[in-house]
Amino acid sequence: METIRRNILQPIKDLWSLFVGLKVTGKFFAMKQVTVHYPRQVIEDENLKSYAGHIELVGKPKSPSIPKCISCQMCATSCPSGCIKVTRQKAPKPTPEQQKAMDEAKAKGEKVKKPTAPKNPAGFMLDYSLCSLCGTCVEVCPVKSLRFSNDIYLVGRSRDDFKFDLLERLRSQAEPGCPVSEKKQQARMTDGNHG
Amino acid sequence: MSSETVFQTRAEDSIGGDFYAQHFQEGCEENTLVLNMGPQHPSTHGVLRVILEVDGEYILRAEPVLGYLHRMHEKMGEVKSWYQFIPNMGRVDYGHPLAWNWAYVGAVEKLAGIEVPERAEFIRVITCELNRLASHLLWWGAYLLDLGAFTPILYAFDDREAILDILQRPTGSRLTYSSFRIGGVQTDLDEKTVQMIRDFIPIFRERLPMYKALVTDNIILRKRVEGIGEMSPDVIDRYGCSGPVARGSGIEYDVRRNEPYSIYDRFDFEVPTEDTCCAAGRYLVRMEEMAQTLRILEQAVDGLDKAEGGCIMEKAPKPNWKAPAGEAWFAVESGRGKVGVHVVSDGSKTPYRIKLRSPSYSNLSSFAEVAEGVLIADAVSILGSLDLIIPEVDR
Amino acid sequence: MTTFINIQLLYLIIALVAIMAWVGLNALVLVYCERKFAGHIQRRPGPFEVGPHGALQPLIDGLKLMGKQLLTPDGADKVLFWLAPILSFVPVLLLFVPIPYGPVLTGMEMNLGILLILAFAGFNSLALLLAGWASNNKWGLLGAARAVAQAVAYEIPMLLAVLGVAFITGTLNLTEITTMQGAWPWQWNIVLQPLGFIVFLVSAFGETNRAPFDLPEGESELTAGFHTEYSSMGFGLFFMAEYAYMVVVCSVCTVLYLGGFKGPFIDGWWWFLAKTYALLFLMIWVRWTYPRVRFDQLLNINWKWLLPLATFNLLATAFFIKL
Repeated sequence: METIRRNILQPIKDLWSLFVGLKVTGKFFAMKQVTVHYPRQVIEDENLKSYAGHIELVGKPKSPSIPKCISCQMCATSCPSGCIKVTRQKAPKPTPEQQKAMDEAKAKGEKVKKPTAPKNPAGFMLDYSLCSLCGTCVEVCPVKSLRFSNDIYLVGRSRDDFKFDLLERLRSQAEPGCPVSEKKQQARMTDGNHG
Repeated sequence: MSSETVFQTRAEDSIGGDFYAQHFQEGCEENTLVLNMGPQHPSTHGVLRVILEVDGEYILRAEPVLGYLHRMHEKMGEVKSWYQFIPNMGRVDYGHPLAWNWAYVGAVEKLAGIEVPERAEFIRVITCELNRLASHLLWWGAYLLDLGAFTPILYAFDDREAILDILQRPTGSRLTYSSFRIGGVQTDLDEKTVQMIRDFIPIFRERLPMYKALVTDNIILRKRVEGIGEMSPDVIDRYGCSGPVARGSGIEYDVRRNEPYSIYDRFDFEVPTEDTCCAAGRYLVRMEEMAQTLRILEQAVDGLDKAEGGCIMEKAPKPNWKAPAGEAWFAVESGRGKVGVHVVSDGSKTPYRIKLRSPSYSNLSSFAEVAEGVLIADAVSILGSLDLIIPEVDR
Repeated sequence: MTTFINIQLLYLIIALVAIMAWVGLNALVLVYCERKFAGHIQRRPGPFEVGPHGALQPLIDGLKLMGKQLLTPDGADKVLFWLAPILSFVPVLLLFVPIPYGPVLTGMEMNLGILLILAFAGFNSLALLLAGWASNNKWGLLGAARAVAQAVAYEIPMLLAVLGVAFITGTLNLTEITTMQGAWPWQWNIVLQPLGFIVFLVSAFGETNRAPFDLPEGESELTAGFHTEYSSMGFGLFFMAEYAYMVVVCSVCTVLYLGGFKGPFIDGWWWFLAKTYALLFLMIWVRWTYPRVRFDQLLNINWKWLLPLATFNLLATAFFIKL
């Protein structure tokens, strides 16, 4: 009868699904783990290359500790979160020859040529706690002076740890044979505030 | 000693709680318990507060209280420029952010009459569908976690890792993508990415039967999910529910099919519909959608090679671009339902108004009506089957 | 006077001390096993850092729990609030006394051993009720109400299953039940009472509040149910009591159905431990596989399925004995 089939056979079929479930989890119990067990294992570099971490400056090919940046402020104005601060360099004081040339030009009534400031910035601060990793700054830079870093093991103890001085980072990266993270850790340890 | 502080049902007693709880308690019956499934709860997916009036274990009245996660995205739209608003769209819904990206960018392109190159359309479809898979996997894992099964979420996240690795390559992010641009996408898909997608599809196809065996056929789950949360097509109509919630009640409405946008009319896929009107229907609709998404992905990856154009249009809008005056509406199918963005422009640097239509908000509004007379455990099951993402509800 | 300090009393005191050590050790080992087992099912390592492969993790957790602040919520009934975990944990020590771990390793041989166990296991429901009520928390109250209904309901099929075994063996003395079974698996009681075994096992899940019947502490629905308000050692005592009850129930199941300390070649406590731990692993395995049953479905399972099956089992046993 239909009721017998419904009340006896169907529950037996339903209970079988419980055993199937146990079999599935049992099978997974015997499988290898998928966890990447940091710090014994790390994510391989190939995967990290495409990761967009915080931005960093790109050095000039011939002098890698000077960024390509021309202090045009495009990145700072385009940023949706306002987290980049670029400070231009001030014009240097004129040398005695330049001062003499300026005085001569002034005396003659010609246009005085003041010494100009170099284009690369004096300061380049990134407040990473505001950054949304949109990539606008990277795309908009006319000289392609910004790129994403891919440090996924970034750690800090306070908000101030995430205010990056990108010029200092570039300089430490440019030094031969010195990995960036180690430098940063050394800097943090010698810093009195976060010892 | 504690009866007065535990049971607060009579109006003469000092009614505790804030404005919402007090207002709610005024309509209480005798001998009922007023519970806060509060903003901190393991299974309201985010900061959602539901005030329940409970008689024993049966819910008599339910009232969701929203706004705990309101971040003023629409106001930010009025202050940021057109280009700068795209990262906002990555944060509205962490489950399926590319759909929101698409809705906004599509609306702006419609407003300005911009045409997107074909290859960019293909890339948009591929990344958006991968994101839909990730969103459904997250929903599946979290739903089962609410129901008390602790392992399926980890199996789902294992598959999700593969998708996130694929999506990291063009976008750089793993959760909140903002890679669409006005006129195309940010980066092209390189050879390796396409190969990863091609390898991923058969691997995931093999995992789906395991999900079915472990969970969908499991009798305990079936008893938790079948017949729970009856939402008749009338309820769907009145509250404007969309997405798998509507398709689980027999209403065959999918924005990709009914109001096709971009190149979706070129793909051959089915829109799964169930007419059981209960949580089991919605569950099965989403599981079947995952299989259909794989079909779309296969066709899109095959069509990518023959697509013309680059990943972004020539002379794409720069960050200081201004849209012409006018208004436009664009709707997109996300994992939760119909996402819409209505953009109003007056020709200046920033939009005049951006209105975000979120599907979870409409889906959640039906909860008050659907949850009457059910058990608390069923309320948890219904909330899970609606697939809510609270940041999307509150924007 | 010295005759009162007789050998049995000394034996009992030693047994109680050994039981306390055993319960403590088991809590540590079971917590570790559960977390590791869960980790491997979920394809992750589980505890790993503390000690070699995380072996010291439960110890450190216990120390952490002891170091936390003992917080009494505002408006809670202080006496009942702190009585509840004690009431949950202390009777457990008594439950281990009649269980025969080996041919001579029994706390105290009692003619009504199983009755003692079932009677004192009922203290658990009282403790849960007190915990939920005294918390001054609506969620705790709901958890307590669920716990009482569940505990009371699931005692009955358990009792009937035990009665089935008692019919066959004619005694309630656990040691005698063990000795009456043979050494090989086909000589165990499970062959004579398969339905009783299943009924007992399912009621065991229900009695100890283990998934899929873990509604009283339903984490994702009731935010920890009856022990929401407990921190530090209060929670620690509930936790240890739960694991201890699990061990008791699995031990009783081993004795009744799986032949206790009797095994293929040499009888001894090693077979007992092996079988008990096999059942414990089954309980852990089930917990991490299935979702939770809804409360009314849980009671339905009990009253509509387990009880008729247990009664049928009893009647069939009586019938076959008469023949």
